[in-house]
Amino acid sequence: MTSPLVELKDLTVDFPVGGNWVRALHGVSLTIRRGEALGLVGESGSGKSVTWLAATKLLPAKARIAGEVLLDGRPIQGLTRDQMAGVRGKRVALIFQDPTSSLNPVHRVGTQIAEAVRLHRGFDAAAARAEARRLLDRVHIPSAARRIDDYPHELSGGTNQRVMIAVALAGEPDLLVADEPTTALDVTIQAQILDLLAEMRRETGMALVLISHDLGIVADITDRVAVMYAGRIVEEAPVDALFDDPRHPYTQGLLAALPDVGGPRRRLTAIHGQVPNPAALPPGCSFAPRCPAAIAGCVTAIPSLDAVAADRRTACFRARPATSLEIAA
Amino acid sequence: MLGYIASRAFRALVTILLVLTFAFFILNATGDPAILILSADAPPEAIAAFREEWGLNAPLWKQYLGYLWNLAHGELGRSMRDGRDAWAVVSERIPVTLAITIPALIIKLVIGISAGIIAALWRDTWIDRLVMAFSVTGYTVPSFVLGLGLMLVFAVQLGWLPAAGADSWRHAILPIVTLGVAGAAVLARFTRSAMLEVLGQPFIRTGLAKGLVWRAVVIGHAFPNAAIPTLTIAGFMIGSLVAGAVVVESVFAWPGVGRLLVSAVGNRDLMVVQAILLLVTVTMVSANLIVDIVYGFVDPRLRTARGGLARGGT
Amino acid sequence: MSALLEVEGLVKHYLVRGGGGLFGAPVVLKAVDGVSFSIPAGRTLGLVGESGCGKSTTARLVLGTLARDDGKVVFDGEPVGAVRDARWRAQRRTMQMVYQDPLSALDRRLTVGKQVMEPALIHGLGTAAERRQKALSIMDAVGLSSRFFDRYPHELSGGQRQRVVLARALILSPKLLVCDEPISALDVSIQAQVINLLLDLQDQFSLTYLFISHDLKVVRQVAHEVAVMYLGRIVERGDPEALFHAPAHPYTRALVGAIPTPLTRGRARASLQGDPPSPINTPPGCAFHPRCPRAEARCRSEAPLLRPLDDGRFAACHFPVLSTPAREAA
Ligand SMILES: Nc1ncnc2c1ncn2[C@@H]1O[C@H](COP(=O)(O)OP(=O)(O)OP(=O)(O)O)[C@@H](O)[C@H]1O
Ligand SMILES: Nc1ncnc2c1ncn2[C@@H]1O[C@H](COP(=O)(O)OP(=O)(O)O)[C@@H](O)[C@H]1O
Ligand code: SF4
Ligand code: SF4
Ligand SMILES: [Mg+2]
Ligand SMILES: [Mg+2]
Repeated sequence: MTSPLVELKDLTVDFPVGGNWVRALHGVSLTIRRGEALGLVGESGSGKSVTWLAATKLLPAKARIAGEVLLDGRPIQGLTRDQMAGVRGKRVALIFQDPTSSLNPVHRVGTQIAEAVRLHRGFDAAAARAEARRLLDRVHIPSAARRIDDYPHELSGGTNQRVMIAVALAGEPDLLVADEPTTALDVTIQAQILDLLAEMRRETGMALVLISHDLGIVADITDRVAVMYAGRIVEEAPVDALFDDPRHPYTQGLLAALPDVGGPRRRLTAIHGQVPNPAALPPGCSFAPRCPAAIAGCVTAIPSLDAVAADRRTACFRARPATSLEIAA
Repeated sequence: MLGYIASRAFRALVTILLVLTFAFFILNATGDPAILILSADAPPEAIAAFREEWGLNAPLWKQYLGYLWNLAHGELGRSMRDGRDAWAVVSERIPVTLAITIPALIIKLVIGISAGIIAALWRDTWIDRLVMAFSVTGYTVPSFVLGLGLMLVFAVQLGWLPAAGADSWRHAILPIVTLGVAGAAVLARFTRSAMLEVLGQPFIRTGLAKGLVWRAVVIGHAFPNAAIPTLTIAGFMIGSLVAGAVVVESVFAWPGVGRLLVSAVGNRDLMVVQAILLLVTVTMVSANLIVDIVYGFVDPRLRTARGGLARGGT
Repeated sequence: MSALLEVEGLVKHYLVRGGGGLFGAPVVLKAVDGVSFSIPAGRTLGLVGESGCGKSTTARLVLGTLARDDGKVVFDGEPVGAVRDARWRAQRRTMQMVYQDPLSALDRRLTVGKQVMEPALIHGLGTAAERRQKALSIMDAVGLSSRFFDRYPHELSGGQRQRVVLARALILSPKLLVCDEPISALDVSIQAQVINLLLDLQDQFSLTYLFISHDLKVVRQVAHEVAVMYLGRIVERGDPEALFHAPAHPYTRALVGAIPTPLTRGRARASLQGDPPSPINTPPGCAFHPRCPRAEARCRSEAPLLRPLDDGRFAACHFPVLSTPAREAA
């Protein structure tokens, strides 16, 4: 059996806040298989971005990172920052939430794509420009020949996100991490970008991690979903299983709180309380103060992320445990 | 673009006119040239003759209009002190001032910008704290205090350098250092904050995510952006090449434009003061104009927007 | 019964610097270009559309905080003047606004209690003790316990802050609440709390809402009627169920079709090509025609008017889609 593309093992991240270390990530373990699309959902501050910034060494130097990151089964956390540069863009590409400010305002978009092409594919200037032009076509930017010399401020947010995707494709990566790529965009443009991401994945066979706070978005184009809460993964399941039969009370709560466009109109069932402050997490299960299913044991011990069925993991004392039969299946 | 330059040039002219008018009336309101140049106990006939000769008996507004009339004809007037052409009096001092301000400018730019960049890149380390301590000191200590301090140490105590005057190149060293240190401190602070601002921008993270090494991101992505705000302050420094040394010239008795200004104001030698002010405002304003034009080259957002989108809202 | 708020032909144009960059001639930006609607008392009108289509501008024109160029606003039977006179101030008391970002809407230096009482103080209502009493009862209604009375905004969570904003708006017993993206800045798990709260408050105080959002799912949850805006105009208006299930206007179809939801996962989406155009130099004819899959020659020359369809809905389209569900037809 070949090793998975990327494996995160027990990743923890602490930030110095006012003289103390505050833990933002409490041991995240995640496996990305070649070519698969994983959705990572959670509310703002749950640690979605930090997970991938830590894995690719893009966090500020003051952050303390521990745990293992394996690429093709080989640990990469020992690499220096400059050695990591060889992984970023080439093996793992990233795109971010606000496309316009993610591009350099003083360089033409063509130059910014060509920069990545030259870096990873060793093209000369003219060949890199031609490739940049081809990439612009590939992400369906109309009249690419003219747009190549535009600056980011001359383009719309949606077009800039296409440019960011072109930059990411330049290194022909094995994994694209898209961190809330459509949050800053209008819904019709969001649909275009999601379609484009799905198309690029089909064509290149690269794996995709789609980070979002919107369950609908990850449901749309991913195969498997991991749900994060307060710096931990609390549930992980194939997309259909997650939405049809959520096992963790937080996932269940999120789905019940989500309004929909179709189906009968019903009163939403809100999750009461609020997201805990990372500097003062409740003891035991972080969700316990808001959890309708909590039992006495929930405030004394932290539930671990265990298999509850084949290809499903849940971190909850009350989730139905997996039978050996299900695991074998 | 031409229309833009024309409108800027017009505004510059208005600025110059306002400065000259203001100085004309203030100087006239605060002292009498006849008494100041001839001294208060000069015989009344001498004072009357002086007034007659320089047209000081006419109403102020007439003097003002006369001044403008001459100015429009390229006449800057004559010095009341020695009757020489005011422009000649001023222009012979320009090279003397530039002899200290140009080397000082180079020091400011080289030391100030590199110190600011280094402090930003090594933010919150001892290097940063050292640079900032130096910068805050240079920022807060007035240049005459700094100048006097340097003079005390290097001229009086150690006797390595002459204290005042302009007899040799060695006399220029202390004024240059004083000017350079103060300016470098200002520039270091500006550059540091401009760099920090840029380094916090999302496109820096994009550069790293692309696979560029840190050095390449700093040089290729951070510098061009940080240059934009730094340019403003550097432009201002270039604009003050002729006039930025008034205090330091006085401290070190360096016979440049600044020192001339001080004595001309003291004497109410009006035409000389006005000539200097004209020179100062013209250099300032043109430096500003040049900075604005250079801006357009460095920052594409200020250039003509092709198909610019009007988006936004709350 | 007659409408609490009636808006007719609202127009707001701005002169902005033209496409020639720094030196271009000014051009007209049509932020709001002839918007009409009415809201019966105790009901909610949801206003949806892409960023920049004129939702917030409409809200400010309705409240009179922005001077309109043309049009008429009648509130509670009385015309709302275009100038800020004493009558406008009296009317304003019964029309309140709730914004997207609760933190910037609140004063960081004032305690929650003081902020909630402040509008009553400004309008000189009641004695200090009465104001305090009223504030506590309103805070209770929005689900803030009295222990928050002496806290400061930064000590509160986003959802709690939005509750403070609501309490402050409600203390003047308004009839109309204009909510501009009231839940967009909130955490996902908090949004439902605030949606439910808004619905409960409407029942309890017989409030009328103009509810602005770019999120159609949320609008469907709260609105009795929905108006879809595109480039400063309403292109479709009607009952939310009908409008979301079988949109008549091609733009509404595209909007509805673009929403990803867990229920509709995997189904083909009707993608809309192109960017939302700028409200400067809007296309001639139907402003939507460059992006419209149904556009024909007529659409390029003749602007469609908002006219009633058979089922009581209104649509501004020459070729409306009649009763095929949005999703299946894709
Ligand atoms: N003061 C102003 N001067 C010029 N243009 C303006 C002004 N205020 C708004 N606009 C423009 O009017 C249009 C409508 O703006 P508005 O804020 O109403 O949009 P919106 O629908 O609320 O968008 P969003 O969803 O982004 O809040 C936009 O194109 C905007 O840029
Ligand atoms: N540079 C940083 N310094 C301090 N805390 C940070 C930093 N980056 C992220 N955090 C904290 O880490 C937690 C997780 O953040 P993040 O991963 O960005 O959340 P999200 O799930 O919204 O992407 C939050 O509590 C956030 O405040
Ligand atoms: S462990 Fe307990 S508190 Fe945590 S989610 Fe499960 S039931 Fe709720
Ligand atoms: S009028 Fe024509 S272009 Fe406009 S929405 Fe209807 S079909 Fe499309
Ligand atoms: Mg994030
Ligand atoms: Mg708005």
